Amino acid sequence: MKRFAWVGVLAGLLLAWEAWVDLRSVPDYLLPSPSGIASALWDERSTLLSQAAVTAREMLLGFALAVILGLGAAILLQRLPWLRSAVYPLLVASQSIPVVAIAPLLVIYLGFGLSPKALIVALVCFFPITANALDGFASAPAELRSTMRTLNATPRAIFWRVELPWASPRVFTGARIAASYAAVAALFAEYAGGSGGLADSMHDQLDTQLVGAAILLLALLALALFGLVTLLERVMIPWAREG
Amino acid sequence: MIATMAGAPISIEHVGHGYGPLSVLHDVSLEIAAGSRLAVVGPSGCGKSTLLHLISGLEQPRAGAISVAGDGLPERRLAGCALMPQDDLLLPWRSALDNAALPLMNAGVGRGQAREAALPLFRRFGLEGFEQEQPRRLSGGMRQRVAFLRTLLAGKGVLLLDEPFASLDALTREELGGWLAETLDQEPRTVVLVTHDVDEALRTCERVAVLSPRPGRLLLDAPSSNLSHDDVMEALRS
Repeated sequence: MKRFAWVGVLAGLLLAWEAWVDLRSVPDYLLPSPSGIASALWDERSTLLSQAAVTAREMLLGFALAVILGLGAAILLQRLPWLRSAVYPLLVASQSIPVVAIAPLLVIYLGFGLSPKALIVALVCFFPITANALDGFASAPAELRSTMRTLNATPRAIFWRVELPWASPRVFTGARIAASYAAVAALFAEYAGGSGGLADSMHDQLDTQLVGAAILLLALLALALFGLVTLLERVMIPWAREG
Repeated sequence: MIATMAGAPISIEHVGHGYGPLSVLHDVSLEIAAGSRLAVVGPSGCGKSTLLHLISGLEQPRAGAISVAGDGLPERRLAGCALMPQDDLLLPWRSALDNAALPLMNAGVGRGQAREAALPLFRRFGLEGFEQEQPRRLSGGMRQRVAFLRTLLAGKGVLLLDEPFASLDALTREELGGWLAETLDQEPRTVVLVTHDVDEALRTCERVAVLSPRPGRLLLDAPSSNLSHDDVMEALRS
């Protein structure tokens, strides 16, 4: 029962929203009603679904790139402490650079295709994966490392056989956070250079019903990616969930 | 016999150690013959676990000298010793068999061959039928047996056992204590057993050393056959 409590909460919110718009006669350009958004979703379903497919491709490719870059960077920084000291603070500082500001530059460098958009998604998403992986590597108990050293393990074996698996639940935590960023990152990228994605349906800010429908699809894409990561976690590291 | 290495002598000469301003061990000297078993008993914080880390080469003493098989270099001591900590520290993502076979794989043996080498020992260790189980599905006693098997399979001449059964209930601890003594009779190694349990020390080892409260100094070092429970307790109280 508790599992489906969110359905009740969502239904209540939608009803209250609909009633508010109806009873106060709020004009569409100020706040679209849920039924208006649903109607726009149905009327423009063909366009919206093809746009969602484009955005989903950008999200998936960018997210996959973020996982590879994020985990690769974390492994490199963990294995090379001097590089970590030199680069990690810069990496943290780089997170204060607004992606919205550099997205147009990437479009200029790389063109209007899929690559710059995937790269922007990857830039937004990779840091939570790197930071969580590094924390995960460090969380392996010191006693376990010591014991492994007396059990014939080289530093390399300790990393691959202990630290990396030990960090995997944290890596998935980072990936889930990154997955929740991917949708908005894809939207930034699309705003920077036209793509045929969901941002195209958000250009006319006064058509709030269509904007609402596009936002709804974007939220569903984010949820789907989040769910996919959670599913992969359950399949790949069942031991973490079962304690 | 699991490995050809039947034991290596350990020499501890006037060893002192500490962390920052804290002195943990003071002027401890012990000679442990190859293939013999020494139990180290003492109050919490007296440096028993530190002594194991020093013997194994994981840490270097501030004062004095330690050698294993006549070699004092830390990396050579590390190569000669296997440590079994209080918590089993089995890797939860590996089966019991893969956990036990880990030291062989670390030494470069292929996974299949390492598993083949570990498999027959599961029957001897009362673990038959649990080879493929994840550690979380094993009882505390079984997990400790797997951890001990893993320590043995490292093929080292010196086993350093740091309160291996302390986290178990009294009944299981007694049962495993007897099992450990029998197993060590069949698998002779030089053993240093750190324990709080005086009876376990007397039952498992030929010699018992008693350390004082921190900084740990040697209060007693005598053959178990010459000692009673009360003798050890009296030394501890002194």
